[in-house]
Amino acid sequence: MRFEFRKFAFGLGVVIVLGIALVAVLAPWITPADPFAQNLEARMIPPIWMEGGRAENILGSDQLGRDYFSRLIYGARISMLIGTLVVICSGAIGITLGVVGGFFGGRVDAVVMFIITCRLSIPLILVALTVVSFVGSSLTVVVFTLGLLLWERFAVVARTTTMQVRTLDYISAAWAAGCSLPHILLREVLPNIVHHLIVVATLEMALAILLEAALSFLGLGVPPPLPSWGLMIAEAKDYMYFSPWVIMVPGVALFVLVLGINLLGDGLRDRLGAARDA
Amino acid sequence: MLDRPALLDVEGLRVRFSPKVEAIRGVSLRVERGQTHCVVGESGCGKSVSALAVMGLLARGAKRSAGHMRFDGQDILNLSERELQKLRGDRMAMIFQEPMTSLNPAYTVGSQMAEVLVRHRRVGKQQGLDRAAELLAKVGITAPGMRLAQYPHQLSGGLRQRVMIAMALMCDPELLIADEPTTALDVTVQAQILRLLRDLQQELGLAILLITHDLGVVARIAHKVSVMYAGEVVESASATDLFASPRHPYTRGLLACVPVPGTIKRGEPLGSIPGTVPRIADGFVGCGFRDRCAYAMPACAIGVPQRDDGAGHRHLCHLQ
Repeated sequence: MRFEFRKFAFGLGVVIVLGIALVAVLAPWITPADPFAQNLEARMIPPIWMEGGRAENILGSDQLGRDYFSRLIYGARISMLIGTLVVICSGAIGITLGVVGGFFGGRVDAVVMFIITCRLSIPLILVALTVVSFVGSSLTVVVFTLGLLLWERFAVVARTTTMQVRTLDYISAAWAAGCSLPHILLREVLPNIVHHLIVVATLEMALAILLEAALSFLGLGVPPPLPSWGLMIAEAKDYMYFSPWVIMVPGVALFVLVLGINLLGDGLRDRLGAARDA
Repeated sequence: MLDRPALLDVEGLRVRFSPKVEAIRGVSLRVERGQTHCVVGESGCGKSVSALAVMGLLARGAKRSAGHMRFDGQDILNLSERELQKLRGDRMAMIFQEPMTSLNPAYTVGSQMAEVLVRHRRVGKQQGLDRAAELLAKVGITAPGMRLAQYPHQLSGGLRQRVMIAMALMCDPELLIADEPTTALDVTVQAQILRLLRDLQQELGLAILLITHDLGVVARIAHKVSVMYAGEVVESASATDLFASPRHPYTRGLLACVPVPGTIKRGEPLGSIPGTVPRIADGFVGCGFRDRCAYAMPACAIGVPQRDDGAGHRHLCHLQ
């Protein structure tokens, strides 16, 4: 019974993440309206199933009369883009540091651990806020700020798993076969720790998406009029008492995406772990 | 044969792991072409470290020195890491004790075997795979085509050790260093692997440096034997000579531990050597075996002469 539920949860995660990714990619072709087009005559129209809703705006419209459904779809683009880019950026930093520290040990490892400890003592949101408020907010700035801050879990996991792999005989066998150091790091060590890193990547992606939403909510993330989900929530907060759906629609979208990524990560951890032990 | 130098000639090898501990204290080994040279001794006496030192694969922090170390007449003591990489896996190959972890679980058997040839000979992947299939057949694996596509976890221990041997032979090495290749296998598979090594040696003219603690293995396969104790070679001779007339008390002790059908009387205890290998600290002089030796005398604490009978049987002891 429990096993069945796990399968279901993993399946749900896959469907959610793939679905949202697909929507993000196909956004220009599936949106019913221009997400930036304002229509001041049709402001704050409720979703279609509520009283006063209309077919042109399935999820209603916002305070400037922009189609909420289209904005939500374009918002998925921003979230997925930021999630992916941040994971690539932080993954590159964290995995490099972790593998190098774990493989060489000794003084090199001490330096890597020191860098990780320094990073852990930095208050994430605070630094992100400071950087963005100094440099100005744009998509690129958000991606790089988060990418440069979110690598520590990659580093910790890569480091410990590399330490486990490093002592195994196939690494000695690779040396004995005349392999070079870069070859051993990239072709012998990395493929054997990558299943741990994939799980970290999903968790980091969920975290990056939430942080972007938080930054955007505080007005320091993606600049308007880009339709980020966090920005949509921020713009909606003034109207939530009279039209609660304006805040619920992007909120639910964010919740569903992060839930989907986490389910996917959990499922992958079970699956990849099981495949290894078999 | 006589005018050609030994394939591997190591003289006075020393390995130091920390300023205080010297693990190998002046080991000399000569491995002739086409012969099997066994290094025997109990755990912790420095057999594996000697082998790794020859390959240049010691852990960082270990210090290696030697009178000389030549492979096919070429000095390999002062080779750069790059030149050593060219040599390793190509002209000298190594197989390890633990077949369960010696293959990389992330790649198929075929792709990691082909990799060795691609790396050293700059051939295409397909050529590497063909050579791998040929060698798998040679080491007695049926359906090599199928095995090439399998991952290490799909193979049994004996099969994996055969794969390891085949992989070591990819570039036609002249020297194969085998570090306890049969220890982790069950007895019937052990016998198969030893026979395989012997057949391969005859067929390919391979020199084998085999490390083992098992005198049964030595008796089956060795031409020459070096007995190691506490980081030194205490006795070295041809295999027949060593079994017929062991000279060092440690060698005699080892041989007494092995039951031989017909010579052992029922109810009589097998021989054993009391104590364990001592920790040799710096400044240690004399014989490392003296605390466990039944023939120890005061002179053993001062120094030990190297004795040579002129026919290649050498040992390190006051006793003749």
